[in-house]
Amino acid sequence: MEEKAIICKDLTKQFGDFVAVNKISFEVDSGEIFGFLGANGAGKTTAMRMLCGLSFPSSGEATVAGFNVFNQQEKIKRNIGYMSQKFSLYENLSILENIEFFGGIYGLSDRQLKEKGEELVNTLRLQKEAKKMVGELPLGWKQKLAFSVAIIHKPKIVFLDEPTGGVDPITRRQFWDLIYKAADDGITVFVTTHYMDEAEYCNRISIMVDGRIDALDTPTNLKKQFSAETMNDVFYELARGAKRSDN
Amino acid sequence: MSAIKIEHITKTYDKGNVTALNDISLEVAKGELFGLIGPDGAGKSSLFRILTTLLIADKGTATVDGFDVVKDYKQIRGCVGYMPGKFSLYQDLTVEENLTFFASLFGTSISENYDLIKDIYVQIEPFKTRRAGKLSGGMKQKLALCCALIHKPTVLFLDEPTTGVDAVSRKEFWEMLKRLKEQQITIMVSTPYMDEANLCERIALIQNGELLSVDTPEKIVASYPQQLYAVKADNMHKILNDVRFYENLQSVYAFGEYLHTTFKNDEAQIESKLTAYLQQKNNSGIEIKKIEPTIEDSFIRLMTEASLIKQH
Repeated sequence: MEEKAIICKDLTKQFGDFVAVNKISFEVDSGEIFGFLGANGAGKTTAMRMLCGLSFPSSGEATVAGFNVFNQQEKIKRNIGYMSQKFSLYENLSILENIEFFGGIYGLSDRQLKEKGEELVNTLRLQKEAKKMVGELPLGWKQKLAFSVAIIHKPKIVFLDEPTGGVDPITRRQFWDLIYKAADDGITVFVTTHYMDEAEYCNRISIMVDGRIDALDTPTNLKKQFSAETMNDVFYELARGAKRSDN
Repeated sequence: MSAIKIEHITKTYDKGNVTALNDISLEVAKGELFGLIGPDGAGKSSLFRILTTLLIADKGTATVDGFDVVKDYKQIRGCVGYMPGKFSLYQDLTVEENLTFFASLFGTSISENYDLIKDIYVQIEPFKTRRAGKLSGGMKQKLALCCALIHKPTVLFLDEPTTGVDAVSRKEFWEMLKRLKEQQITIMVSTPYMDEANLCERIALIQNGELLSVDTPEKIVASYPQQLYAVKADNMHKILNDVRFYENLQSVYAFGEYLHTTFKNDEAQIESKLTAYLQQKNNSGIEIKKIEPTIEDSFIRLMTEASLIKQH
């Protein structure tokens, strides 16, 4: 039997009286592209932080890449990649320097760094820009680069937090090509987005409302379940019932 | 008289090395709800800052409500409302204090123009003693809109008010804009979400500092020069790669649950020929149909054409 990338059972996070994440349970298969949707303030970021080993759950159970979120957080960090809409590479380092830096942190050898660096620059067609400061690149290229750096150590899972926000429609699609390629290479992709067309590109989607997961299935089945034409309608149907709108 | 008139505006940064806006001209009529649609880095914020007199263009002229953006900056600052992309209210002041502050800056009071903001303000009024920095994203956005409206501006500039906002809040926000439009306020709003374009009366598609098109959303879509097809199969990733190698293909890209494609020769039986090709490549559950394009399809097409012209 294939190992699950993420197993989550009744995972909960409470801040005082406020239950940010309320007993969420789900499993993500290895190599799956899993869309993690929800309204602002539904609890997505808090849940993601627990899964990335950055925040202790209040109760429940979860394993990520086979490691326990309570007592193996450092092992989790070593086996995942993370990228968000907020650009996280060093703007005043060149592309190659960023690759060397982040690859180095994840323990790649000098030889691997060199190979990976060349491979990445070639795939993204950034040969001419390889020695340019990253800050000078257009946003779309930055995001593609940040994604490639986030998976440079071939993690089991990559977490993407609104990776395509504000990116032009062509680059957005090129970004999804990279996601598909990563999934083909066996990397599990856990992604959040506000673009409902992108929800369709996921194998399965969960939708969070007020700290709970209120729906979880393939896009096709969700549309059937809610008798909706589009994912946008499904999302609207679920999220408009939300009591919370806070971040 | 136009509410906004922009003539040949060019703006560069970094000693001319970066062109933010390249020879932009457009007009917005009084009372119009006008959308500036384009991704981050397209030049939208630079244009807003020029029109709100916060930035001076290298070349060209612009007027807002008849006032020149350079000479008459004081008048413009008095009559426009501006909501920048970045939250810019005082985080340490409460909701009510922020609103009172902005009202008094413009020599007015909350009560004087309460009608204008009422619909929006009632939603945040329960939290009026809360500090602005402690508000949620959606509530911050509503407060910022109230502060931009409190002096009853003639022209309202909203720079990406819905970025990072979920689909439900976005819908609510656009309903608020429609109600403001009924009060004869001219609104220029920018967004990276192509689906919001249809909610504007006219739009400008902007990319790399250049206008790709300025028209009503309906006309932009109607000027799409070719038949567009939607294609799907059980395995979408596989079919995308297969369609990419189809002989008669002009363009293909993912679009929600379908691929959108155009063909070099719009020949008869295009559907059956493509189906045969895809079946031969072992795709199952194939569906092909003719569809009407969306603004996003138009944008992708215009963007591709613009970059092809640049390369030649």
